[in-house]
Amino acid sequence: MLEVKNLEKSYQKDKTALKDISFSIEPGKFVAIIGPSGAGKTTILRSLNQLIKDDSGQILLDNQDLRTANKAELRKHRRQIGMIFQNYNLVERLTVIENVLHGRLGYKSTLAGVFGRYTEDEKKEAMVLLDKVGLKEFALQRCSELSGGQKQRVGIARSLIQHPKVILCDEPIASLDPISAQTVMQLLKELTEEFNIICIANLHQINIAKKYADQIIGIRKGELVFDEPAADLSEATLAELYDQPVTKELK
Amino acid sequence: MTGSIKYLSQKHWRQTGVIALVGAIYLICSWILQYNNLAGITAVPKAFAWLGTNFMPTADSMSHVPQIWTKLMQTVLLAIASTVVAAVIAIFVALLGSKVTGFNWVVQTATRGIASFFRNIPLVAWAMILLFSFKQSDFTGFLALLLMSVGYLIRAFMEIIEDEASETTLALKATGASYFQIIFQAVLPQILPSLISWVLYMIENNVRDATLVGILTGTGIGFIFDLYYKSFRFDAAGMTVLAIILVVIILEVLSNQIRKVIL
Repeated sequence: MLEVKNLEKSYQKDKTALKDISFSIEPGKFVAIIGPSGAGKTTILRSLNQLIKDDSGQILLDNQDLRTANKAELRKHRRQIGMIFQNYNLVERLTVIENVLHGRLGYKSTLAGVFGRYTEDEKKEAMVLLDKVGLKEFALQRCSELSGGQKQRVGIARSLIQHPKVILCDEPIASLDPISAQTVMQLLKELTEEFNIICIANLHQINIAKKYADQIIGIRKGELVFDEPAADLSEATLAELYDQPVTKELK
Repeated sequence: MTGSIKYLSQKHWRQTGVIALVGAIYLICSWILQYNNLAGITAVPKAFAWLGTNFMPTADSMSHVPQIWTKLMQTVLLAIASTVVAAVIAIFVALLGSKVTGFNWVVQTATRGIASFFRNIPLVAWAMILLFSFKQSDFTGFLALLLMSVGYLIRAFMEIIEDEASETTLALKATGASYFQIIFQAVLPQILPSLISWVLYMIENNVRDATLVGILTGTGIGFIFDLYYKSFRFDAAGMTVLAIILVVIILEVLSNQIRKVIL
């Protein structure tokens, strides 16, 4: 269970990026965070694994606070939290399987990680996960040779091999064509249920958020506007979120 | 509407003004220096004719080729050695100083300062300063090239790291990877092609510069060119220049081929 309590953040004085954000998410739930550009969606997501240091509040993952962790503890927290990026953030020159195995680095000693020495079990698991995301035969190809949708699926495999409790997706489909976007969203949805993990995705497409998410959180100017089951999301709430009617987007 | 049309016509006038200004600066400068433009231009063909007759290698100058070749190879190897050592130093410093992998802003600022210091002292000045301590030797040339290359490569490597490795660094940080794991698993593999490309460029550059440094330090191909030139053996000096051009072109073609393969 992930609980966020009274999270605050400001990048400059007198200019708050996040104001008193609180929500909680049960395992196995797919959550979408929606809202206008610059509302603070990325700031929330990145403070959940402390890539951005917030100012105050609590982030509890199974009752352990990530915010008070020291460097070594933070590494241990981070390896339970996978992350997927808009630009995939793979090492393009390395092979697909090497990129997947990068997800194990948090569990390895520095030296073993530096030289890329992975155990037989880890390699086998990487192949199983690649099979799961439909890229088994691409294992030895360079990532630079893949399409955007394929790269994102490598990113998903990289986060799964971390054995995560949470997967954070920062605009996972913003650079993808509609078909690849659907594949990636479907995959994330299925994996969330199969592994009973928490999946949180920043999204711009309201219709996709409604289609795949169990729970939708709306952020506007750094404040939480709503946090409710996807089915309950009404046009009136959306109009408040975006300051204008958004009926077309819902279809 | 009329506002934007007015803006465009004003822009037109401004551009004309800038061109006129550049021309005027040239004329004023040549007037101050009392430089005769007409005589200067007409002298160019004559100068080239003189070059052509005096520096043209003859059948006789072929006898110098073995000596030229030995010295030229010394110079090429010197340039390669200094560049490679510079690259090794530069990558460590660049990792410490880049915004993505650097320690803190003090180290980052210091690194930038040091790099720019080494880069902005001209190569000839380095060679002459080092001459006092290390006398006329290959080592002086090596050191002069090394110091300048270090300055250039630190700057280049830092920018490469910041441009090409910031996203993957972030991704690995998020998995819980440690600093050295990130450097070896993400940063270095990601930037390797650009790194090699820069080192190749620096080698080409240093082969050319090593010639100049050699004139000062009395070593390599620069020394032999100076020797021929000062003893009025212009044909042999011309042969030396030809050999340098040839080697530089070969190096460039070679490094372009390597780039094609690795990129």
